[in-house]
Amino acid sequence: MNDDTPPVPRIDPWTMLRELTPARVALGRTGASLPTHEILRFGHAHSLARDAVHATLDVQALRRDLAVLDCDLTEVRSAAEGRTAYLRRPDLGRRLSDESRISLDAKRASGSDLVIVVADGLSATAVHANAAALLDLLVPAIRRKGWSLGPIVVATQARVALGDEVGAALDARMVLVLIGERPGLSSPDSLGAYLTFGPKPGRRDNERNCVSNIRGGGLVPPRAARAILWLIEEAFRRGETGVALKDESVDIAIEGASPHLPSLP
Amino acid sequence: MLRRAMQSGNKGNMSYRHMVGQKLWTFGDLKALMAKASPERSGDGLAGIAAANGEERAVARLCLADVPLRQFLSETFIPYETDEVTRLILDSHDARAFAPVAHLTVGGFRDWLLSEAATPLALGRLAAGLTPEMVAATSKIMRNQDLILTARKVEVVTRFRNTIGLRGTMAARLQPNHPTDDARGIAASIIDGLAYGSGDAVIGVNPASDNVAVLGDLCRLLDEVIHRLGIPTQACILTHVTTATQLIERGVPVDLVFQSIAGTEAANMSFGVSLSILREGFEAARSLKRGTLGDNVMYFETGQGSALSADAHGGVDQQTCEARAYAVARAFEPLLVNTVVGFIGPEYLYDGKQIIRAGLEDHFCGKLLGLPLGCDICHTNHAEADQDDMDTLLTLLGAAGVSFIMGIPGSDDVMLNYQSTSFHDALYVREVLGLKRAPEFEAWLRDAGLTDADGRLVSQADSTKLLGALPPAFAA
Repeated sequence: MNDDTPPVPRIDPWTMLRELTPARVALGRTGASLPTHEILRFGHAHSLARDAVHATLDVQALRRDLAVLDCDLTEVRSAAEGRTAYLRRPDLGRRLSDESRISLDAKRASGSDLVIVVADGLSATAVHANAAALLDLLVPAIRRKGWSLGPIVVATQARVALGDEVGAALDARMVLVLIGERPGLSSPDSLGAYLTFGPKPGRRDNERNCVSNIRGGGLVPPRAARAILWLIEEAFRRGETGVALKDESVDIAIEGASPHLPSLP
Repeated sequence: MLRRAMQSGNKGNMSYRHMVGQKLWTFGDLKALMAKASPERSGDGLAGIAAANGEERAVARLCLADVPLRQFLSETFIPYETDEVTRLILDSHDARAFAPVAHLTVGGFRDWLLSEAATPLALGRLAAGLTPEMVAATSKIMRNQDLILTARKVEVVTRFRNTIGLRGTMAARLQPNHPTDDARGIAASIIDGLAYGSGDAVIGVNPASDNVAVLGDLCRLLDEVIHRLGIPTQACILTHVTTATQLIERGVPVDLVFQSIAGTEAANMSFGVSLSILREGFEAARSLKRGTLGDNVMYFETGQGSALSADAHGGVDQQTCEARAYAVARAFEPLLVNTVVGFIGPEYLYDGKQIIRAGLEDHFCGKLLGLPLGCDICHTNHAEADQDDMDTLLTLLGAAGVSFIMGIPGSDDVMLNYQSTSFHDALYVREVLGLKRAPEFEAWLRDAGLTDADGRLVSQADSTKLLGALPPAFAA
């Protein structure tokens, strides 16, 4: 740096690049390092994502938000006790706690076409931000289609595959799991929707379909609801979910979707 | 007083015993001993093979230190008959290269590696005589400083359009990902990276799409950038090896062929690859003869936990599985091998401490096996880690002589949703440790007026002149 220039961060001459990508381009520098503002902006985004991972799902608040749907609502927990166990042992997050299994068995009744599971996953923040708005659109549409809807199951410390056990216990033809996705730095509130036909423990991930990145700044709930309804209808028509369905739904799902999550929540 | 006895069992399998004071410890076989000797990490706990407590872990290390290196040639962890990676390891073992250390135990080998006898030349000659299991075992009884000091001695040099791995250099992959593969968005990140002096390892895009037409366009875009600007570097679209082979068959310009690989045949199958499929991609890329300085045409990515996540670990600890992946890589003379250390999540590497340790282990094992090992120093938001941990690992790996790191705008990969190292992070570690870029790339930056004679960014550089040379897709 010239001796006569004051030690202020150099503004990047490429700021116009920012309009072309959500990536953190043209950040400027001071010496080799990021300017103060960028360091702190990054720290703030990381905190939101970290807090989302450790947030607790407020089941009572969710009950209030969903009351208008007039659905039977039931709660379950996975076998993972606490957040640390949940993060270390994904296998436990895929199984019901003994208590929850017993209580679901008691509700088995006559089965249904579809059971919806609302799960905290890796971001309770995402559930609070998006689940009610999405269900407000989905539930009436499902009823209009004439599909029978089982209870809405609110699941905590849950992974996607917990829906398999829930769906099987309630004798559902299909299960839809709405779950908080692994928070990204710019998307701590992203909800994922996973659809599995013929739910039962042991289903593999390639037997599911996913609509991802459901949030205000991503795939907004009305578009997400359309994509999910299309998948439900196709899945019932073909009697399967999974890879075969994926290819043709790509045009619908791609809008704002984040297709390459390395692993499910 | 410590004593050890080995007891023969059936057909090459032994149980391993170790006395500490009056207490006799028994480990079922070498595979179990290795797992219990491993520094703590969540993945081995998830697999149910970790030591029960600190004492068992410490005793396992004492016992492992007394195991002769030769034992790893006769006691296999995954059966030779059913696993092509095991066959590759044993069939390609070079007994002559191994001879200088063939008499040593694991503990004796650690002492030798840290001694003056283990010169860069000696270590280079030894590589073909070492198996992944030998180096993994040795790493388990090493401290972080041992892993750094030993790896630092090894020089692994590879070439395509520039020279990667020379002593005193560290390269960076420019990773310009975009959530929907938008050409202008990717171009924006490439310009940004070049202006910050990044991209000598490779300009490598993780595409969102697996559509061959889309990928072909991306290949042509990167090719055009490199050729219009005359950058001495190489391009890679990180898609499946079979897709890259298809692209090559269609006449698309492909520099490096990419593939994620793992350390067991079953885990590789879960990635849709085998040694023969990799061989096809390797030969297709070589046939194009696009490298000007050398023909290292493969780019591999690995990471501890991948075999376990595919339920294909066969009871082998995740660090040993990772080292076995390097045997797969080694068969294809890669330009770059990248351990993506914190990407897989906290169920395999829980926190910053485990990620840092794993990064150092992977780098050590890869380098001893003769590979150009780089590291995606990274974490996800559900791991107990942050950028301070990444700074620590970056500094340690820089000291250890890591071949390359990632360069991502502001550390934030907006496609893959994780945090890695930024263009700025590379500048930091160059400043602190005096590390240079690949010499051809360094010269290009200087000639372009972007850096000074020391390789530092020029404050008033007119980097906007890059724009004139860019293809139409770049026009804002």
